[in-house]
Amino acid sequence: MVMDRKKERIDALAASGGSASTALLDSEDAKSGGGSIIADAWRRLRVSPVFWVGAIIVLLFLLLAIFADLIAPHDPGQLLLRSQTRLSRNQLAPPQPGFPLGGDLLGRDEFSRLVLGSRQTLLVGVFATAIGLAGGMILGTLAGAFGGVVDTVVMRVVDVMLSIPGLLLAISIAALFTTPSQWSVIIAVAVVQIPVFARLLRGQMLAQRGTDHVLAARALGVRRAPIVFRHMLPNSMSPVIVQATVVVAVSIIDAAALSFLGLGSQDVATPEWGQMLGEAQQKIDSYPALAFWPAGCIVVVALGFTLLGESLREALDPKNRR
Amino acid sequence: MTEPQSPQEVPDRDRDSEVEAVESHEPTQQQRIKDLHVTDLGETEAASEAEIEAGEAGAAEASAATAGEDVLLEVNNLKVHFPIKRGVLFDRTVGYVYAVDGVSLAIKPGETYGLVGESGCGKTTLGRGILRLEEPTEGQVLFGGTDIASLTGEALRKERRRMQMVFQDPLGSLDPRQTVESILLEGMRAHGLVKDKAQANARLRQLLSDVGLPANSLRKYPHEFSGGQRQRIGIARALSVDPELIVADEPVSALDVSVQAQVLNLLADLQSERGLTYIVIAHDLAVVRHISDRVGVMYLGSLVEEAPSIDIYAEPLHPYTRALMSAVPVPDPVLEDTRERIVLRGDLPSPVNPPSGCRFHTRCPWRQPTLCDTERPVLTELKPGHRVACHYAAEIASGELKPNAEQLELV
Amino acid sequence: MALLSVQDLSVKFKRRGLAPFDAVDGVSFDVEAGKIVGLVGESGSGKSVTSLAIMRLLPKRGNTIGGVVDFDGTDLLRIPMSQMRDKRGADLAMIFQDPLSSLNPVVPIGLQITEVLKRHRGMRGAAAENEARDLLDQVGIPDPTRRLHEYAHQLSGGMRQRAMIAMALACRPRLLIADEPTTALDVTIQAQILSLLDTLVHEHGTAMIMITHDLGVVAGLCDEVNVMYAGRTVERADRYEIYAHPQHPYTNGLLASIPRLDSPPGERLHPVPGSVSDNIPWASACAFAPRCSNAIGDCRQQSPEFKPAPVGRDHLLRCFNPVEPEAVGAAAVQQMATSPIPPPSNKEQLS
Repeated sequence: MVMDRKKERIDALAASGGSASTALLDSEDAKSGGGSIIADAWRRLRVSPVFWVGAIIVLLFLLLAIFADLIAPHDPGQLLLRSQTRLSRNQLAPPQPGFPLGGDLLGRDEFSRLVLGSRQTLLVGVFATAIGLAGGMILGTLAGAFGGVVDTVVMRVVDVMLSIPGLLLAISIAALFTTPSQWSVIIAVAVVQIPVFARLLRGQMLAQRGTDHVLAARALGVRRAPIVFRHMLPNSMSPVIVQATVVVAVSIIDAAALSFLGLGSQDVATPEWGQMLGEAQQKIDSYPALAFWPAGCIVVVALGFTLLGESLREALDPKNRR
Repeated sequence: MTEPQSPQEVPDRDRDSEVEAVESHEPTQQQRIKDLHVTDLGETEAASEAEIEAGEAGAAEASAATAGEDVLLEVNNLKVHFPIKRGVLFDRTVGYVYAVDGVSLAIKPGETYGLVGESGCGKTTLGRGILRLEEPTEGQVLFGGTDIASLTGEALRKERRRMQMVFQDPLGSLDPRQTVESILLEGMRAHGLVKDKAQANARLRQLLSDVGLPANSLRKYPHEFSGGQRQRIGIARALSVDPELIVADEPVSALDVSVQAQVLNLLADLQSERGLTYIVIAHDLAVVRHISDRVGVMYLGSLVEEAPSIDIYAEPLHPYTRALMSAVPVPDPVLEDTRERIVLRGDLPSPVNPPSGCRFHTRCPWRQPTLCDTERPVLTELKPGHRVACHYAAEIASGELKPNAEQLELV
Repeated sequence: MALLSVQDLSVKFKRRGLAPFDAVDGVSFDVEAGKIVGLVGESGSGKSVTSLAIMRLLPKRGNTIGGVVDFDGTDLLRIPMSQMRDKRGADLAMIFQDPLSSLNPVVPIGLQITEVLKRHRGMRGAAAENEARDLLDQVGIPDPTRRLHEYAHQLSGGMRQRAMIAMALACRPRLLIADEPTTALDVTIQAQILSLLDTLVHEHGTAMIMITHDLGVVAGLCDEVNVMYAGRTVERADRYEIYAHPQHPYTNGLLASIPRLDSPPGERLHPVPGSVSDNIPWASACAFAPRCSNAIGDCRQQSPEFKPAPVGRDHLLRCFNPVEPEAVGAAAVQQMATSPIPPPSNKEQLS
C-alpha cells in the first residue's frame, strides 16, 4: 500500500519531466508566454544529445525504481549466501549463477539490494530537492521581491544556517525526530538545501530588480506581484534549475551519510545506496567492488540529473531561441 | 504651496484639450488622483519649514521661465541623493552620491525638453526621479498639478499611466521571456485598458502600425528583431497606456547610425499625432538639439543652462555649454579644421564630493578668484527663456572676461 | 611605398550547418607613415574584423583569412606566430574601445607599461620606470609618478584610455590601430583623446588606422576615409573630397541621417531604410541594394566593381548608380552659407 503511493509519486515526477523545478518553471512560462515556450524548448531539446543522455539515464533509474520488486531476483533482506561469507577470513560470497554481483558482508544478494536501493535513493534525492527548492524559492522570492528589512532578516537567517556545516545541521535536524525514518532523512537533508537555493535565487532576483525590463514594468504601473512572478522569477530560474540537479546528487550522498550514522530508516529490508556504501567502507581495502557498485550508481544518477538540468537550462534560455 | 495652485492648474489643462482629446476617460481619473493628492498633502503637513521654503524658491525660479503659460510638468528643487552604505552586520550611511542636487524646470504640454550632459551628470537619475523610479530625497514633481514625489501606493501606480519611459538598451529593456504581445498587453492590463479580446487585438494592431512594426510581430520574442525594431517595441510599450509624457533616456545611442534617424523621425511623428510631451535625455548634443524645443544642460547634478534649442547653439552662455558644444565633432572637415575648440582639462569631479561653489569651477577656463570657489550660482534668466547658472555669464558674453590661458587649449 | 599595404584581405567565418560568412570580403587599402586612415561603418561592416586580421588576433579555429597584409615588406599573414608576437607591441599596437576590460585589473598601470618596455625594448629597472613615467606624462596624465602605482579601476574613463595609449606607444610602434577609441567616452574627453592622437601621429610620423562609426570623428581626424558596408569598401577618398561629394548612396544616406549641430533643429532627417539584416550577399549583387534609394535593376543582378567615381579626384566607388554629386555639393555649400562659423562666437577673445 505504502509502496503504491510512492510509485505514484515517482510516476508523477517522471511525467513532469523528471524534476520538480522544471514543472514549476514551465507553469510560470506558460502563464506569460502563451504556451509556446514549452513547445519551443522541446524542439531544441529533441536535437540535444546532452538531453537524451541525461533523460535516458534518469528514465532507466526511474523504471528500475518503479519495477524494483519485479526486477530484483531475491529478497534483499535475507541472508542467502551466509554460508559462503566468512568475514573473519576476509571471504565474501563471489558472483555466481542467480547472484550476478555476489553477496554483501552479511551474505545478502548485492544485486537485489542495489535494485531495491534505487527506490529509496531516488525518493530521498528527488523529494529532498523538491522540498529544499520549494523552501528556498519562498525565502529567496520574499527576500528578492521585497528587499529592505525582509531581505536583511531572511538573509541573516540563511547566513546562520549556512555557517553550520551542512552535514552537522542535517544530523541535528534528523536527531530531533524521535523515530528515525526515511522521511526524517528527507526533511533533514532538504532543510540543509533551503539556504543554498534561497541565497542563489535572492541574488538572481536582486540582479533582475535592477534590469531595465523590470524598471519598464514598474514605470508602466504594473503591480508588484506580476512584476515578481512574470519578470523577476522566470528570468532568475536558470541557475536554480542547474543547482537543483546538483542538489539531487548532494542529497543522495547526505542521506547516505545519515543512514550510515543510523539516523535513517532502520528497516534492513529496504536497502539504500548510501547505507550500502557506508557498510562497504569497512572492507574497502579487501572488497572495493562492494563500494564500487553503490558509489557508481550514485555517480551515474547524479550525472543523469546534471545533464538533464544543463540541457533544460539551455533549452529554456530565450537567447538560444531561433 | 501646491494646494492653491492645483485647483487652478487642473481645469486649465482640461480646457486645453490638445492632449485630452485622445483619451476619453481622462477627466474622471484625474479628478480622483487630485482628490487623493489633497488628502496626501494633509497628512504630510508636518514637513519641515526649510523644505517648503526651498521648494518655494525653486518653484519661483522655474515658473519665471514659463510665467503665465500652461505647464504640464513642473520640477521644483528636486534632489536625489543615494546613500553610500558600509557595514558588516548593519549598514551605516557613510556619505551620499549627490546625483541630482536641486533641479527646477517646467515643461509645457506638447513640448520636447532635451536634457544633455556627460556621464555622471545625473541626467538619467533626474529622468527617473521625475518618473518616481528613483525616490526623490527632496523637492516636488508636479505633473498636471499632482505632486508625483509625494504619492504612494495605488495612487502612484495609477498615475504612472500618464508618464512613460523609453530606454537606452532596446534589448535589455524588454523581458526576453515575453512575446511582443504580452509586453504590450502588460501595461494595458495593469490599468484596466483591456476590455475584451477583440478590442485588445485591435489596439495592439494599431500600436504596431503606429510604430511601424509588421503585424506578425505579436507572437515573436524581442531577440528576433533588429536593434531599431526593438526600440520600436519599447516605444510601443510606452504608448500602450496612452501617456501624456514620455521620458526617453538615450533613445538612439545604442543603435546603428543609419537606424538612429528612423527612430528620431518616429518619435517626432508620434509627437505630432498624439500631442505627446517628451523629455529626451542624451549625451549627444546634436541629437538633443535636433529633437528638442528647449535644451537643459546638466553638470554634476544641476542644470547649468537652459535655452530654446536654436539659442543654445547660436549663443551658449555657460562656459561648460561652450566647451561641450565645441567638443562635438561635426561631419564636415572644413568646419572641423577651422573651428575653435575649447578642450577642457581633467575629468568630471566625483558626485560624492562635489566641488564647493560653482560645480564647474575646477575645469572652467573663465574661472574667477573667490566667488566661483565659494558661492554656488543659481539659474537666472539672462535673456527671455534663456537661463544660465554662472556668476559671470554676462561678462563672458560681452567679451569683458577672457579665458585663462593655462586652462585653455586651442586646437 | 606605403608602410602598410592591405591587399584583397578576406576573412570567412565558418558557421555550423551554414555557408561560411564573409566578414571581410576583399578589402584593400594603404597606410602611409604620418597619415591616419579611417575605416567607417556600422556594426557588421567588417571594420573591426579587418583590424583584428591585420594584428592576427582572430582565433585560429573557425575562420579562414586570405589576401596580403604587407607591413614594410613583410607579409604579416605569412610569418610564424612567434615572429608576429614580436611585431605586436614593437611595430604594431592597438587601442581598444573599452580600456577597462583591456587593462589588467590586478596589475598597476606602471607595471603593465614597464612589462612592455622590458619585453620589447629590453629596458630594466629604473630606466623602464622612468620611461613609463615619461609616457604617461606624454599622453597628458597629470601626476604620473603617483599614477604609475594605481590600478585601472582607480582611473577615470579618459585616464584609462590615456593609459592604454601610453602602453600602445611604449615601443614607439610604426603603426597604431585604434578601434573606436573614444566611443565609450564623453565628448569633452573624446576631444582630449582625439587631439592627443592627432598630435602623436603627425609629430612622430606614426601611421594610424582609425576605426569608428562616427562620421564626425572621421571628419576632423582622418586623412583618408574608407566607408565599409557588409565586409567591402564601398567608397574611398580623402576627407575633404568624401564629405564634399559623397557619391555612394550609403555614405550619402549616413550623412543625411545624422542630426548635425549646425543644422536647424527640428529639420526632418532622411534615414537609411531597413537594417543591416536586410543585406544580400555581394557575390552576385550589391549588398546595400535592398536599403538603397538609388537602386536600379543592375544592383540586384551584378556585383559592382570598386572603381574611380564619376566626379572628384582619387575617389573610388562601388556603385552602379551613384548619387548626383552636383546636387550634394550644392546642398553642402548652401548649408555652409547658412551657418558659416560655429560658436563659440567670441573668437577674438580665444585666439
